[in-house]
Amino acid sequence: MATERPAEQISAAEPALRLAGLRRDFGERTALDGVGLTLGATESLVVVGPNGAGKTTLLRILATLLRPSGGEALVLGCALPAEAWKLRGRIGYLGHEPLLYRDLSGRENLRFHARLHGIKGEAAETRIEQLLAAVGMEARGDGRVAELSAGMRQRLAVCRCVLHEPELLLLDEPDSNLDAEGRELARGLIGPDHDRARVVVTHDPERALPDADRALLLGHGGHAVRECAAGELDLEQARLANAGASR
Amino acid sequence: MTPSRAAFAAILGKDLRSELRTLQSLPAMALFSITTFVIFRFGLDRTHLSGSLAAGVLWATLLFAAVLGINRLFVTEREEGGFDAIRLAPIDRSVLFSAKVAALMIYLLALELIAVPIFALFFLGSGAALAPLVSVLLLADFGLAATGTLISSMAVNSRARDLLVPLVLLPLVVPLMIAATGATEPLLVLGGPGYHRFGTWLMVLGLYDLIFGLVGYAVFDFLLED
Repeated sequence: MATERPAEQISAAEPALRLAGLRRDFGERTALDGVGLTLGATESLVVVGPNGAGKTTLLRILATLLRPSGGEALVLGCALPAEAWKLRGRIGYLGHEPLLYRDLSGRENLRFHARLHGIKGEAAETRIEQLLAAVGMEARGDGRVAELSAGMRQRLAVCRCVLHEPELLLLDEPDSNLDAEGRELARGLIGPDHDRARVVVTHDPERALPDADRALLLGHGGHAVRECAAGELDLEQARLANAGASR
Repeated sequence: MTPSRAAFAAILGKDLRSELRTLQSLPAMALFSITTFVIFRFGLDRTHLSGSLAAGVLWATLLFAAVLGINRLFVTEREEGGFDAIRLAPIDRSVLFSAKVAALMIYLLALELIAVPIFALFFLGSGAALAPLVSVLLLADFGLAATGTLISSMAVNSRARDLLVPLVLLPLVVPLMIAATGATEPLLVLGGPGYHRFGTWLMVLGLYDLIFGLVGYAVFDFLLED
């Protein structure tokens, strides 16, 4: 793989995330409040909570797309927001939007992202073909994104997210729009069987919890209700947290 | 190729490819220009224009046609997540500014390839002024592209984007338009192109380009922050 790793690549012993009292306000409304946790370099964190609990806000802060309003955030050893520039290219972000241009084909989109991430020429082409094959999209890769179904777009977005072999994956409802086959194929790329940290926001704790090492429950108003080892969290609690009844 | 150059080429290539496929900006800009020339021709009831009136008609038309393209410059980045993709990549965000300025320059030059000959056909006796006009067009296009890119990036997140761009852009480009018409006027005088104060106006255009090019490059990074 031709991706050049930055010199400050995380060491195995260093946590991927260290958060303390993390807060984000939008005007007078607090979207996230008092989030604290530590996540190891190869661990998975599952984040559950009802709508409006700040799950997406948390991911966007960790992805350096939003600035925290307060608290401390250390991501892959870089303090946010001061050292956000050091993190770029080391994170794979899969949000609600696929970050794909509708008028370009899947391959063209992936080539575009490869160039943004400094992956060039033959290495980029090989990597793109490898990823398209991994999600069963080789035959549809030349179709315009606008003409693809939501599930196909999500498969391409998964490819886009891991194209540059990031050290930390931030996944917001990664299974959305995917059928059973798509989920299984996507799991091969963004599942837990890789040596990297993952933060997975989900409304489906049943599927996400068995893969997770740690769990974070967020309540209404973005308050951190509980942070614990995933094994300590019972499925019923997670379901209740998603329904907003955990307090 | 350095990462910044590769990213510049990737963004510019993506914009041009999208425009070629969707034809969202250029045809509208060209059609607007042609329609405006027709309106001027019948509105002024003149088959021939010269000097400051000819320069004014040409630049007013090109400016308002440019606004159509400037309005749409960042729409795909906003609606299809391009801003986030670029903010996640290990590149200097000013690359996006440079690539958008280059894309807008290309749109403007393509527009002028269509609009200026039609202007000459409608209003000028000969095409003798067209060759020296190229330097004015190039300098004015860069200034318009730099200022337009800056304003478009600020306005794109607003619901009133279509209103904001002309309201903020037009006052900012007044000096550019004064210099562009000042440089164009002697080229379009009756009896062939003249060059009275032509060099001075070109220098003013160059100075405007330098100032707005540098301002745009310097502040663009901050504009992309949340």
